Amino acid sequence: MRHVISVLVENHFGVLTRIAGMFSSRGFNIDSLAVGETTDPTISRITIVSHGDDSVIEQIVKQLRKLVDVIRVQDITKESHIERELVLAKVKCAKETRAEIMQMVSIFRARIVDVSSESLVIELVGTQDRIRALLELLDPYGILEVAKTGAIGLARGPQHLKV
Amino acid sequence: MGNATGAEILMDAFLQEKVEVIFGFPGGAILDVFDVMNRPGMPRFILTRHEQGAGHMADGYARATGKVGVCVVTSGPGATNLATAVATAYMDSIPMVAITGQVVTSAIGNDAFQEVDVVGYTRPISKHNYLVRSVEDLPRILKEAFYIAKTGRPGPVVVDLPKDVQRAVLENYRYPKSVSIRSYKPTTDGNPLAIRRAAEAIKRSRRPLLYVGGGALYEGCQKLLVELAEKCQIPCVTTLLGLGAFPEDHPYAMEMLGMHGTQYANYAMHNCDCIIAVGARFDDRVTGKLSEFAPNRQDIIHIDIDPSSISKSIPVTVPVVGDASRILKKLLEIVEPAVHEEWVNQCQQWKKSHPLKYRNDGKLYPQFVIEELYKATGGDAIVVTEVGQHQMWTAQFWKFTKPRTFLSSGGLGTMGYGFPAAIGAKVAFPHKHVVVIAGDGSIQMNMQEMTTAMNENLPVKVAILNNSCLGMVRQWQDMFYQKNYSGTCLLPPPDAKTGEPQAYRPDFVKLAEAFGAVGLRARTMEEVRPTLEAMLACDKPVFAEFIVETEENVFPMIPAGGGVQQMLGGLV
Repeated sequence: MRHVISVLVENHFGVLTRIAGMFSSRGFNIDSLAVGETTDPTISRITIVSHGDDSVIEQIVKQLRKLVDVIRVQDITKESHIERELVLAKVKCAKETRAEIMQMVSIFRARIVDVSSESLVIELVGTQDRIRALLELLDPYGILEVAKTGAIGLARGPQHLKV
Repeated sequence: MGNATGAEILMDAFLQEKVEVIFGFPGGAILDVFDVMNRPGMPRFILTRHEQGAGHMADGYARATGKVGVCVVTSGPGATNLATAVATAYMDSIPMVAITGQVVTSAIGNDAFQEVDVVGYTRPISKHNYLVRSVEDLPRILKEAFYIAKTGRPGPVVVDLPKDVQRAVLENYRYPKSVSIRSYKPTTDGNPLAIRRAAEAIKRSRRPLLYVGGGALYEGCQKLLVELAEKCQIPCVTTLLGLGAFPEDHPYAMEMLGMHGTQYANYAMHNCDCIIAVGARFDDRVTGKLSEFAPNRQDIIHIDIDPSSISKSIPVTVPVVGDASRILKKLLEIVEPAVHEEWVNQCQQWKKSHPLKYRNDGKLYPQFVIEELYKATGGDAIVVTEVGQHQMWTAQFWKFTKPRTFLSSGGLGTMGYGFPAAIGAKVAFPHKHVVVIAGDGSIQMNMQEMTTAMNENLPVKVAILNNSCLGMVRQWQDMFYQKNYSGTCLLPPPDAKTGEPQAYRPDFVKLAEAFGAVGLRARTMEEVRPTLEAMLACDKPVFAEFIVETEENVFPMIPAGGGVQQMLGGLV
């Protein structure tokens, strides 16, 4: 099962290494990882997407909590939550195909953020499934390169991780 | 205190934390610390002959006393030499603060002379670590380091201290009085509901069994364990690191379980219906094949301060997170007295029918030496082992009755641990017998520390059970590799010219004498007792060598990955 784990950590140098190192040394998977400062500059939020059966995820959460620099850990997939990824895709684009591509972009509520005579850069924020669907549709036109962030997420409702 | 340099702050922190002894070895990147270390009023400093020795001494001191062990070494090779000792302490949850010198902050990352990424390489082998980047941070970091090392599940904390930070001056320095780390708050009091569920699980069990590990290894806890065992009639098995947590002269003591545990301990685990685990982590050397471990269990109550130890390999029905003695105290208040006469009798019957034994054919066996040493000391000694067959025989044949009297590298299995660890213990207990039971392989890994023992007047006694081979590895080759004794014979090859056999190297008696210590040797059963008496009576460190049978194996044995059904009992 795929899990999105949200981790509040001390915003020190080396904390990311501790977390990534714990995953690799204990043989846990990281499917994606996103890091950013929170409104409190001394705290960062790391969002980790991993997969494994319940006992593996339980160990991941416990081992994260055991790290001294980790303040809070929450498996947000356990509850109702919102999840987003951001993709930038550079697609080949000739005069003849431009209209078609732009139509697709508007159906997906994506945006075109760069245009040249031979290419477009498309930006989409969404769930993993939506991003995958758009990329599949763009594939026949020729995707030159793709940059994708890891997932970030928050639980729905007023509940939140408190320090 | 006014203005202080980083080095002075470090020494003041040691004094504030009531550090009695520092083990270490100097070098360029830690010289500023050494420059203030020999001022009057500073803790005792013990110069070792290898950084690994310093680490194991700090570990041995910590295991014997329960206090935080401290070692100080230089950067680069000094720090990497310490790695094995830090990893050993981490695997066995031993409180330690290790200070490593580091190149100046401006040179970090430049592959400077004797530079190594200490926080990088110690991350997976320490509880926590710090690179001190500014002298302003140093007082807080040192306070946190000692706090983290000794609270929760204890462990080693490494503080990497660059040379310029040692020299930098902090104005109006004051050592912090308290510590508060928002991301580190160990749970000590068990959840009352969980304790109630534990009491209920004990009540409904018919064949309960205490399973006690290193997390229960302190004075106050032993009393509570015995009280619980007697109140509810619960026999008790211990792990290797738990030896001494439950008195082995108690009728309920089933002694060590696991790969080389007693048959009766393993039968008790196999047949019990409720496991009460206290500070033990279901290590693979205890469980063997997970699917066959304790198949009759209905409940596992797991009392442990580390939540990540619970349900790691074996699913637990009643987890209780917190300090063992606090939880046991509360459990004792609510648990109902119980009678399990049949079960207790069955356990005692197994003890009678499947005792530990070894051959008695007039030859000198290692187990005999251990039994004789036990008798010669009256069991009143701190017993330290290296790693291998002798370690298992010590665990089996010595009767441990008090916590902190058996020091051994369990988790990491570090050969070369015992001798330096014993030196560390001897610093804390100069008037107690501190005896090392060693193999001829292990002792050679840190025998340079005999110089330290001599110079510091720490008369540690080492009984070397010399079987001329790396016995435990040879045993595995014997049993699982068709007796292909590759790389395990410690005898020199026959003389190239004459084909004559050559004598064992080194000559341990002469070696001891070269250090100015005392060397003794026994070859027969008759010689053992007088040799041991002489060893114990000596006021200098001793290497006493016992020439024992080569092809003696440790039994019982549950082969790796096997279950109790595959247990090999040895002699019938």
